[in-house]
Amino acid sequence: MERDRLIGAMESILGSEGVISEREQLRSYECDGLMNYRVVPDLVVLPETAEHVQRIVKTCFEEGIPFVARGSGTGLSGGALPVESGVLIVLSRMRKILEVDIPNQRVVVEPGVINVWVSQEVADEGYYYAPDPASQIVSSIGGNLAENSGGVHCLKYGFTTNHVMGAEVVLPDGSVVHIGGGRSPDAPGYDLLGAFVGSEGTLGIATKITLRIVRKPESVRTLLAAFKDTEEAGEAVSGIIGEGIVPAAIEMMDALTIEAVEVAVSPGFPQAGAVLIVELDGPEAEVADQFERVIKICEEAGASEIRVAEDEQERALFWKGRKAAFGAMGRIANDYYVQDSVVPRTELGPVLKKISELSEKHGLRVANVFHAGDGNLHPLVLYDNDAPGEAERAEELAGEIVFACLEHGGSLTGEHGIGEDKKKYMPKMFTTDDMNVMQLLRCAFDPHQISNPGKIFPTPRLCGERPGPFRMHPLQKAGIVEQF
Amino acid sequence: MQTKNIPLEELKSVVGEKHFREATAEDAVEGLEPSFVVEPGSVEETSELMRLAARDGLVVAPRGGGTKMHLGDPPRELDLIVSTTRMDEVIEYVPGDQVVRVQSGIKLEDVQEHLSGSNQMLAVDPPERGATVGGVVAANASGPRRFRYGTIRDLIIGITVVLHDGTVAKAGSKVVKNVAGYDLSKLFTGSLGTLGIIATANFRLHPIPEASRTVAVEVESPQAAGEAAQALMRSQVEPTSVELDWSEENRLLTVLVESIPSGVEAKAETASFLLRPFGEVRELSDDEQPGPPPGEVVVKITAPPAELADVLGTILAAAERRDLAHPNITGHAASGVTFVGLSGEEEASAHFVNEMREIWVRRGGSVTLQRAPLALKNRVGTWDNGGDYLGLIRRVKEKFDPRGGLNPGRFVGGI
Repeated sequence: MERDRLIGAMESILGSEGVISEREQLRSYECDGLMNYRVVPDLVVLPETAEHVQRIVKTCFEEGIPFVARGSGTGLSGGALPVESGVLIVLSRMRKILEVDIPNQRVVVEPGVINVWVSQEVADEGYYYAPDPASQIVSSIGGNLAENSGGVHCLKYGFTTNHVMGAEVVLPDGSVVHIGGGRSPDAPGYDLLGAFVGSEGTLGIATKITLRIVRKPESVRTLLAAFKDTEEAGEAVSGIIGEGIVPAAIEMMDALTIEAVEVAVSPGFPQAGAVLIVELDGPEAEVADQFERVIKICEEAGASEIRVAEDEQERALFWKGRKAAFGAMGRIANDYYVQDSVVPRTELGPVLKKISELSEKHGLRVANVFHAGDGNLHPLVLYDNDAPGEAERAEELAGEIVFACLEHGGSLTGEHGIGEDKKKYMPKMFTTDDMNVMQLLRCAFDPHQISNPGKIFPTPRLCGERPGPFRMHPLQKAGIVEQF
Repeated sequence: MQTKNIPLEELKSVVGEKHFREATAEDAVEGLEPSFVVEPGSVEETSELMRLAARDGLVVAPRGGGTKMHLGDPPRELDLIVSTTRMDEVIEYVPGDQVVRVQSGIKLEDVQEHLSGSNQMLAVDPPERGATVGGVVAANASGPRRFRYGTIRDLIIGITVVLHDGTVAKAGSKVVKNVAGYDLSKLFTGSLGTLGIIATANFRLHPIPEASRTVAVEVESPQAAGEAAQALMRSQVEPTSVELDWSEENRLLTVLVESIPSGVEAKAETASFLLRPFGEVRELSDDEQPGPPPGEVVVKITAPPAELADVLGTILAAAERRDLAHPNITGHAASGVTFVGLSGEEEASAHFVNEMREIWVRRGGSVTLQRAPLALKNRVGTWDNGGDYLGLIRRVKEKFDPRGGLNPGRFVGGI
């Protein structure tokens, strides 16, 4: 389909104000939160209703045009990177909270709703939405669903996948399905919702999402403990978990991160080799008892200082320091590269040691800030893009960190997704058979692979079906995929 | 009668003579008797068996402990039962990681036993004794604790499966937090052996609570049961489970609270206080707690948990109309799951199921037969029709098992 005709078709669905086709305007959508990759989309469309999305997708399907869905564009793996000659479907105008159902502990939202709005909406009733990625004041629920976002509190409360209970989905052929029971549990049939959450936009677009909300805990207590080094802090983490305590969060920051955060938002963290933030929540008596035990464990591990948040303000300050960590790197380095790999918790010590060796070998600083409770590391590789060769070295170092994590039984990504960025590493974690079997699912949802094509898998494969409405797949034409 | 060419010698050579036998009447699945039972001892053997099965067009039913073989419609065809019970090892357990990797044929109670030394557990509690872990995953079997911990789909973090043609694939990992690739662990959870054979599975674990108490309230009406469940859901008690037990003798709503010893007192007190407006409150000992409902027909109804009173009301009304005296009703009251045990005429049970479907499928829930005589299944079907996603689950089945070699006919929509 010619571009002009496509613009016309989209305008007939959305009106001219819902279609962006000017090159200069299109450029603002060329990347998501990962700026290493940039592709200017052919067209950006801004649907306002589920019906709009359905008609857009249907048009794309009939014309064989690939599309990419985008929420707030905060993703860190290039999952919302546009595809060339494709349509970018931006869902940020679908921002209605449709229903609040306290008796069933559910909230139904449109995909563009911002994560933190959900908690704000139900706060007066004593509820909140548990998954809290650091981006929660900007990232959208639709994006969270696509990436299966985590957050600092998922150690106790689980990930997005444990909190999405139902979704209305526009499939890549433009048909609409309702998956997951929503308010009722155990919908008969396969757990399509479980497979859909975290599929990074490759199986369709969620247009209505039913979330589980959680009762606010009776008591929340937070402390910050300073240690000589990450090893000592790691011992405290093991001690806490070993006691059978499941904290709401345990976060660790190393010296470099503390330095950066101090420059950026001045939370007044102690100068130390490592800092832990530990938060417990739940019924009063339980929290009080376990909090004392946590303090004792930190002391025994060698904590040089323990600060207990005396009020909500102080607690917020601790978290402000933690959540500012990524952005703060800009204060101590021109550029940085975020990794998101995971290791079994008991391997944290050896892996951190390895990271420090790799950092030395490549002559680049690495700051470590991570979810210590679940072994999800966020090593930040600091570099200067203007220094010749540094960007390449940074990427190489980041890759070696990922491999080290895999060697210790871990994963490529804990919460940021594979997207464009890590698909080249997938064969390090999965065999060809593993990936082919995963793509059987893709073939069931999106046989023509027009929904966010080229992401997750290093070698996309076609699905062995006769191309329906169009002859040859664009990827096949370009010689980058083979027939499955 | 054997009509297919079954490669006896080859199958035997894969698993060894003593792990291959002719099937008996006890191996029948809903009336259909297979020819043989094979017991592979490894993923490799399972793969080789499935390769042979695909080559010769044999139809396979995977089986673990056999505790859920009654779930689902009768299979259209059946040649081989592939039993996983020899694959019963804990592959890896690092208490500090709170993760366990097991072969699928290990019994759930054996896993729990293995973990208990480190004060940890796999936080699922389906009522059947003898269920294997693979079976629990395949049937998405759950128990009261699901209110706090979710079901096995919320705990599984990695899986190895063998497809109909012997292809071995894994997904997920052994770390709790992982978003690399599609979450096939969840896709296979509850797939009832229709997509592949689960060979190994990895789970996140939880600490065993130090202390527990069970408080029950004797409720007079469905309304009171519904309101009592709501009071618990809206509280900050963090109940582990909220269970309903409604029969001729009992009309109880029970709440299990768990914590440290000092914490559990406070929780039990708060729970008692919350329940008092709805009836007489007392503590239950462990052996007093309700199990699954008796009855040769057990119907599972799912509905929004806030509609508990309505669920109960419609069950009682329909049972009375159909002369189904005193249905035994149990359920995970705060999770929206209700089981109805019926004994009575087939005709009456069929009407009951149809009536429940009329009401609750329309209201977003589901009505399935958990257990029923074949005649009733043939009449009303195990499953209701699902929803608009039926075409999609058929496409998933076609992709994973294009020849229909795994449990054909047993699942939703005749899959």
